Amino acid sequence: MRCEPSLSHLSTGERITNTDSMAYRTRIRSFICSSLVHPRSEMMLTRPFHKLPKLCSQSPQNGSSGSKVLVHFVNQSGMKSSVFVTEGESLLDAVIKKNLDISGFGACEGTLACSTCHLIFEESVYDKLEPTVDEEIDMLDLAYGLTKTSRLGCQVTVNCWMDGMTVCVPQEIKDQRGKQDAQSSK
Amino acid sequence: MIINSITKSVAKINGLSRAAGWRGLSSASGPRVCVVGGGPAGFYTAQQLLKARQDTLVDIYERLPVPFGLVRFGVAPDHPEVKNVINTFTQTAHHERCSFHGNVNVGKDVSVEELRQAYHAVVLSNGAEANRPMGIPGENLSGVFAAKDFVGWYNGIPANKELCPDLSCETAVILGQGNVALDVARILLSPLEMLKTTDITQHALNALAGSGIRRVLIVGRRGPLQIACTIKELRELGNLPNSRAEMLLGDFEGIEETLKDLPRPRKRLTELLMKAVNGGDNKAEKSWSFRFCRSPVEVLAGADGKRAAGIRLALNNLEGSGENARAVPTHQLEDVNCGLIISSIGYKSIPIDPAVPFDHRRSVVPNDMGRVHDTPGLYCSGWVKRGPTGVIATTMNDSFDTARVILQDMETGQLDLSIKKPGAQAISSLLQTRGVRTVLFSEWEKINTEEERRGKPHGKPREKLLDVEEMLQIAWS
Repeated sequence: MRCEPSLSHLSTGERITNTDSMAYRTRIRSFICSSLVHPRSEMMLTRPFHKLPKLCSQSPQNGSSGSKVLVHFVNQSGMKSSVFVTEGESLLDAVIKKNLDISGFGACEGTLACSTCHLIFEESVYDKLEPTVDEEIDMLDLAYGLTKTSRLGCQVTVNCWMDGMTVCVPQEIKDQRGKQDAQSSK
Repeated sequence: MIINSITKSVAKINGLSRAAGWRGLSSASGPRVCVVGGGPAGFYTAQQLLKARQDTLVDIYERLPVPFGLVRFGVAPDHPEVKNVINTFTQTAHHERCSFHGNVNVGKDVSVEELRQAYHAVVLSNGAEANRPMGIPGENLSGVFAAKDFVGWYNGIPANKELCPDLSCETAVILGQGNVALDVARILLSPLEMLKTTDITQHALNALAGSGIRRVLIVGRRGPLQIACTIKELRELGNLPNSRAEMLLGDFEGIEETLKDLPRPRKRLTELLMKAVNGGDNKAEKSWSFRFCRSPVEVLAGADGKRAAGIRLALNNLEGSGENARAVPTHQLEDVNCGLIISSIGYKSIPIDPAVPFDHRRSVVPNDMGRVHDTPGLYCSGWVKRGPTGVIATTMNDSFDTARVILQDMETGQLDLSIKKPGAQAISSLLQTRGVRTVLFSEWEKINTEEERRGKPHGKPREKLLDVEEMLQIAWS
């Protein structure tokens, strides 16, 4: 999983020409290569380099919008991706923007008309989330692999206090389910 | 500046790779898969196959000139958010290793056997195009419709454009209590202002504008704890302006005590249903209600003997409880006066090719996790595989399952990828000799643009084309 490169050594206002140009060119090249493999990925190159957002882990105080929150996503095959999410974005936004490998995520594009952005949270995190509304529970009730700490990713806005949390999608069932389904008469 | 020149270089590299025939170079010997059916099952299966390997080529064949199946023709007009999946399907269709071929009737223009010759794997995702009949006398009287056709009428299925249902009566009876039944009820009861800005067909809108229907009964074989609809749809019905619920308190005897033991989805659904018992706005001009433990036994004709004027229902006893409770008819009968009867008791798959195994009892293609029985290289996904139930997410997960099985068979050698298969090239030649011209995805996009253009003056997202010939004319213009 492609992570954002660290350019944190650049201080605010530092001009590009003052950087270590060799190291800088190497980083840009790796961007270009990874973009070819994942053409839909967010193009970091369009962001001005002199304005870098703070990492949530670096600033103890909450609330500054634009802060980056570290979130670990575990997909249907158990594969983990660790990404920095901008505070204020929803977890659905994060999955889409970072082009994470989670099959079929966010089919209805965040309009509370499906359950495909279903995520399972750690209990300590789940208990602190903003309460659900009926419409979210209506959709969650249809979700595959529903748990006591399930929420819809499109309804959860990322906050600094979530820094370091892990969210999972239900793990894919390997093979056993088929026979039962073939025989059930619905 | 540096950023601009970098972005330009990236674009140039991407462009070069396309021009160099990226697809041809890297996947000349890759697996070729054919998907029959351009609805959600077909697209989701294709999506997964394209993602999992860098060398799969997927061709989607669709009978109509337009893609998307029930997302276009089944999802209610007032549920546009559910149709957002069209965006991800469009992305899949644009994938360099995917191509869409509309206007191809598999089973008639080309056989499944011919497809199996041309491809390493063929996936049947052709859904359920027929309906379960009630099988009762009077079913063919004027005024009786299958929900599939009624929904097709307001959603623009070309074959249903001449339905012309007479909506002048006061009472409509819907048999079935699933989401399709609730969609039909909601469309019949919605204020016109709510429907005017949707993609409902204009002729349906005009008919509804002159509708005399004030009362909708939604009748089910079993009890309140067995209704098949989901809570969102029930909530919408309850929130309809100028409509009130008319439920019978007696139908809910003994239900309250069972609530605490129910799983959450069923519990919340039942609680919402019970809330409706307390009626609603008495000034509302329209009403809806659920009637339980009743099965249709006969449609009663009016004086002229040609039109439905009522329906005879048998009362049922419930044996057992929960999801598996069974309806056992008694000899007690009840007649309900009504002028519109809509049977919403299930869609049904039909065989499209005699060479493909078909289970006539369950109306599905017999399969083991998506592998069609006795036919190596043939797979199925969606309703034709599991039966016609579930929401889009259900079909999505099912399609991913089938794709995984296909990929597994590729890995293990069950599918022999060392054999070169001609794929679309061979099928296109075959179709050409048979006088069949396909509709490319870019040509569907011309139809799409035209529909959007026609919808604009009416404030609608689109005005669907209802005539296949017209669709083709625009596609190939």
